[in-house]
Amino acid sequence: MAKIPKPEQLSKIDLKPKKHWSQFPIDIRPGMYCHGAKGKDLKTLELPNARDWSPAEVDWKLPEDWKQTVLDGIKQRLERYRSFHIFMDVCVRCGACADKCHFFLGSGDSRNMPVVRAEILRSVYRHYFTPAGKLFGKYAGARELTLDVLKEWWYYFYQCTECRRCSLFCPYGIDQAEITIMGRELMNLLGLNIGWITGPAANCYMKGNHLGLEPHTIKSSIEFFLSDIEDITGIKIEPTFNRKGAEILFVTPSGDLFADPGTYTAMGYLMLFHELGLDYTWSTYASEGGNFGFFTSMEMAKRLNSKIYAEAKRLGVKWILGGECGHMWRVLHQYMDTFNGPADFLEQPVSPITGTKFENAKATKMVHIVEFTADLIKNGKLKLDPSRNDDLIVTYHDSCNTTRGMGFMEEPRYVIKSVCNHFHEMPEDTIREQTFCCGSGSGLNASEDMELRMRGGFPRANAVKHVRDKHGVNMLANICAIDRATLPPLMDYWVPGVRVTGTHELVANALVMKGEKERETNLRAEPLPGKGGE
Amino acid sequence: MGIAFSFAAVIALIVLAFFGVAVLNLQILFGVIIPYAAFLAFIVGFVLKVVKWGRSPVPFRIPTTGGQGYSFSWIKQNKLDSPPNGLWVIGRMLLEVLVFRSLFRNTKSELNSGKLVHGSEKFLWFFGLIFHWSFLIVLVRHFRFFMVNVPLPIKIMEALDSFFQVGVPLVYITDLTLLLGVTYLFIRRVLMPQIRFISLPADYFPLLLIIAVAASGILMRYFIRVDIVGVKQVTMGLVSLHPTAPSSIGSIFYIHLFLVSVLFAYFPFSKLMHMGGVFMSPTRNLANNSRMVRHVNPWNYPVHVHTYSEYEDEFREKMIKAGLPVEKEQ
Repeated sequence: MAKIPKPEQLSKIDLKPKKHWSQFPIDIRPGMYCHGAKGKDLKTLELPNARDWSPAEVDWKLPEDWKQTVLDGIKQRLERYRSFHIFMDVCVRCGACADKCHFFLGSGDSRNMPVVRAEILRSVYRHYFTPAGKLFGKYAGARELTLDVLKEWWYYFYQCTECRRCSLFCPYGIDQAEITIMGRELMNLLGLNIGWITGPAANCYMKGNHLGLEPHTIKSSIEFFLSDIEDITGIKIEPTFNRKGAEILFVTPSGDLFADPGTYTAMGYLMLFHELGLDYTWSTYASEGGNFGFFTSMEMAKRLNSKIYAEAKRLGVKWILGGECGHMWRVLHQYMDTFNGPADFLEQPVSPITGTKFENAKATKMVHIVEFTADLIKNGKLKLDPSRNDDLIVTYHDSCNTTRGMGFMEEPRYVIKSVCNHFHEMPEDTIREQTFCCGSGSGLNASEDMELRMRGGFPRANAVKHVRDKHGVNMLANICAIDRATLPPLMDYWVPGVRVTGTHELVANALVMKGEKERETNLRAEPLPGKGGE
Repeated sequence: MGIAFSFAAVIALIVLAFFGVAVLNLQILFGVIIPYAAFLAFIVGFVLKVVKWGRSPVPFRIPTTGGQGYSFSWIKQNKLDSPPNGLWVIGRMLLEVLVFRSLFRNTKSELNSGKLVHGSEKFLWFFGLIFHWSFLIVLVRHFRFFMVNVPLPIKIMEALDSFFQVGVPLVYITDLTLLLGVTYLFIRRVLMPQIRFISLPADYFPLLLIIAVAASGILMRYFIRVDIVGVKQVTMGLVSLHPTAPSSIGSIFYIHLFLVSVLFAYFPFSKLMHMGGVFMSPTRNLANNSRMVRHVNPWNYPVHVHTYSEYEDEFREKMIKAGLPVEKEQ
């Protein structure tokens, strides 16, 4: 594995390029990219050109007619997506997006400016699809599609986390996420995905979740949490799985069943639902909220997403509740109903505890756990003791997808402030709709691309450092499973001393449950404030 | 490369028009044929492009949300940046098109001894706005040349535009602000490395062309006097389809007209189409209501999925052993 430079070295970044982007050679550098997709995963997913390959080799084992495949692919996408078509035509290169991208701010690499990441594809579009490009060639900014260009695409479309920060600032709303999505679809016509995406996607397709947890393993993972919960609270919880006739199907990212600190968030869900006496079930078939298909192609996203409605229908539930996750919620909010709806076999979600009708979910019939909990707290249905979180000085990291693809900003803040006494916002330009990505989204959270991740996460870390130094912040809260997996190494690298938590871990710590014993520790088995332990 | 090439191209256009009119006496070509052809190219090119965009459907509802979306009554929502319905989308679009709201958000991020600092950056917004609005007003003012009687709104516009009552003829404010705006856009492109090294000839050329259009217009109005009656003959002739091109007007007029013609003809084939595109951008002109209102993808097609029964077939034994319910016992 490539060695990661020290933070002092890595933060020496020159944001002022010295020559035109097209004059920099393409350097596919270890540490900045992920392994190639494995043949067996591509095969499982029925994707083209299934074979093992390595980006480090010269020969990418492309099909003979790869060029025509790509050009046909571009044409088809221009005809299918107005977004793509317009975004190929209207950019004026005003540069407003240039310093909005976390990868550019963390690397200084011109091609990481959103405008250039788009230009690398746009230039080829011009050459083959526009009169100006055909007529004036490079003077109209047109380039031929060559193998080098293809490799350039691959390298830079997998250095974009589809966070949409650029699209917020673009005067025409050009969304690089949309262009990256199209670019990656083109890559997938040639079998040029990355292993870290196709592996989880293949798992999800066959086993129901990214981690490839088989049904009995899901059950035993959760049972493991239950025994921890019993140790801490004295309360025995008995959730159900694949239960027909439950009122609610609960779907969450599988990452939270697997590794700290996500597991504490999963424990939080279990405790909350138990306390409410919620009539709900887990599913082992639809055991993934996240969607790595979304990082492959729209078709793959739809194929993986289909399980949620299918399972809701099979089990006969009334509505669906979804856990904390970023891109999962972009897909659920902006795509699911269009992909696999209408969900006319479900009912408009109503909170069985407060009676609140979720107007905002009346078509899709899927409610975000954080809005569900916010409603409980607002209606005084939870007994909370925020002082149990008094050792935490918390800040909140907005996920890109929930803010810029959903407008979900105040609900998590309300919940966190209800369960924690010490909360401080990061600087304004780094939160809410202007939030900076964790640097590892859209399937880039592998280990072999750690330098890329540390660079991409630099602007986020920088803002956390600001509040750590100013307010003593020691806990970074979020509502995203990828954040929970990727922010801890980012914090260790840039801002040591700051830990990472899901929002429902904080809720569960503060939650005073009926019949619980006096809690000595939090969910991490650390002594609660004032309980000493030593 | 881009700057020199674009500069040379604009100079060549000027020389071409001057040579054509002053030496070869091609007034008909530069005063009639080219303007008609350019106008036609503009209209047809623009319409075709917009129709082409319109033919591509919007399969998914993908607004970029810039504020709190529709939620509980007790959560304050930002209806402009996260529009709950079409009405608020119109509001968002109006602000976008009329005052460049997204650009108004613009920030500047800089590294200061290892620390990233973000601050507000409004210059591009300010000069961009000045440039576009000035250009629009200048364009509308020109309608006086295409109508027998100058309509009152245009007279009022002219009066306001020459509010300061300076110079003979009166100086129009927008003549100066147009030139100021476009010059700023050009200079930032040359001087700021982040912009310079993403620029193409196709970025410098329209800016220099517009500078030349504005400069030739200003020269003609304030410095090199032309036969204004002759000018109106040409323009009225063009709109009434009885074209005429007197040679008495002065070359500067034909240069101005030719540059404008080139700008019109170039428009639909260039990035200047952002004028049409901004209205159709799916990240801006859609409501953020996709959990409330179903959005249909016209080309949605069935896909291959891994069904529950296939899943249960693979894991049935393990499921039964773990005490998980199954559909079929065998």
